[in-house]
Amino acid sequence: MSTEFRLKTGLADMLKGGAIMDVTNAEQARIAEDAGAVSVMALERVPADIRRDGGVARMSSPEKIREIIESVSIPVMAKVRIGHFVEAQILQEMGVDFVDESEVLTPADEENHIDKHAFEVPFVCGCRNLGEALRRIGEGAALIRTKGEAGSGNIVEAVRHLRQIGNELRRLTILTDDELMSASKELRAPYEIVRMVARDGRLPVPNFAAGGVATPADAALCMQLGAESVFVGSGIFKSTDPEQRAKAIVKAVTHYRDPAMLVEVSMGLGEPMRGLDIATMPEEELLQTRGN
Amino acid sequence: MGAIPEATTAGPRPGSVPSPAPLRIGVLALQGSFALHAAVLRRLGIEAVEVRRAAALEGLDGLIIPGGESSTMLKFLVEENLFDPLVAFHRDGGALYGTCAGAILLARTVENPAQESLGVLDIEIQRNGYGRQLESHLGTCPCPALGEPDLPLVMIRGPVISDTGPRVEVLAEWRGQPAFVREGKVLATTFHPELTDDTRIHAYFLELAGEAREATAGKTGGTISR
Repeated sequence: MSTEFRLKTGLADMLKGGAIMDVTNAEQARIAEDAGAVSVMALERVPADIRRDGGVARMSSPEKIREIIESVSIPVMAKVRIGHFVEAQILQEMGVDFVDESEVLTPADEENHIDKHAFEVPFVCGCRNLGEALRRIGEGAALIRTKGEAGSGNIVEAVRHLRQIGNELRRLTILTDDELMSASKELRAPYEIVRMVARDGRLPVPNFAAGGVATPADAALCMQLGAESVFVGSGIFKSTDPEQRAKAIVKAVTHYRDPAMLVEVSMGLGEPMRGLDIATMPEEELLQTRGN
Repeated sequence: MGAIPEATTAGPRPGSVPSPAPLRIGVLALQGSFALHAAVLRRLGIEAVEVRRAAALEGLDGLIIPGGESSTMLKFLVEENLFDPLVAFHRDGGALYGTCAGAILLARTVENPAQESLGVLDIEIQRNGYGRQLESHLGTCPCPALGEPDLPLVMIRGPVISDTGPRVEVLAEWRGQPAFVREGKVLATTFHPELTDDTRIHAYFLELAGEAREATAGKTGGTISR
């Protein structure tokens, strides 16, 4: 790994053990920061609204991003459409700290992701399995997150993706060196990265969870399944008491192995966002299948 | 000044080479790069304790406050009743080392924006002193106290120390500002040695923690833990 790349993964390292919250304006960003979020993610609509309203979901407007950057002292992330490298150029120019090339927005390129090596700003990308994670890392992602199913309020897909990645990682570590090229072919992932991962037994970049986190228990579940931090999208601002819920999720991520604390933080939060049953959702409504 | 904590050789144990059951060091594990600090300590033969509650400070000789988001960690210190126990830990002679966000929490005064801090290290510090992530950078700087080679610097949205009190020793500078400072048993760096392979600053911290243990052992009549 190049030393310059260490600057990108280094920021991800500093965000470990924290909650990163989707926000659409300065007011929400301040609520997130006051609750103890380690970072905020700027986007034009939270995933639940994108799902409800339909249409093309794009990068947030520069005015909104500027307003959010100016309102908080924590790092600001923002989403771009898959393959939309000009949206990424705009965000980098504005001084955004991390770019999320996200399936939550409408893809701009159905074949290619952004060449993330070409940027100084670090990128995070979603994945459902190890091959997808390693392809994104090959393209230069400095942070990986599960896709889960954004805007669903249902943790089942994030759990599936965390388990899938963990399982595939463990399997790689027991292969012999002469089996790794074949593994690389099956994973459709760069051989050199497959070799590195097989040797180390872990991804070369941090691995966070996202997609469907609605309760402190959901956040702690992701952490216990091996996520190093948690992104919370619609789960905060689609609940009845965003301030309290945001605080509770921050605390649940830190105390994820402490059931007594989880009891304490899970009380008095009002109603969580209403969830969707993914098993009965039509395939074309799934966001996680975008980009591969 | 060697990589082996000298103080551990002065204890009552026979043999007097680095002890296999040496210092008790904690890493504040509320958020941030705590696991990376624990990994450096492991390379130096120390199994660190993850500290999430005040009770875990009991019996520690030293505590590392990692890099991360200082505003997030500060919320936990205030709301979960860790603030006063940390000040007491320092007052009772425990050694402290803060990296980046950790340095911000230890400082006397924090600016850009102003926020509360433990005030156990007489420095004034500017959050995000170099700017946003695009200004994060690498470098090397000389550190006479630790000898050759120069220290590798990884600055991630790093703070800048803008003022130091009379008892603060500047051990290394970067771009004309203090980047590695010491006051008694408190160390701070504005950069992240836990992101490099260089373990010298952690070894230096273990020396301070060893001295802390010796001093408190003397006070309480020879027992090792406080």
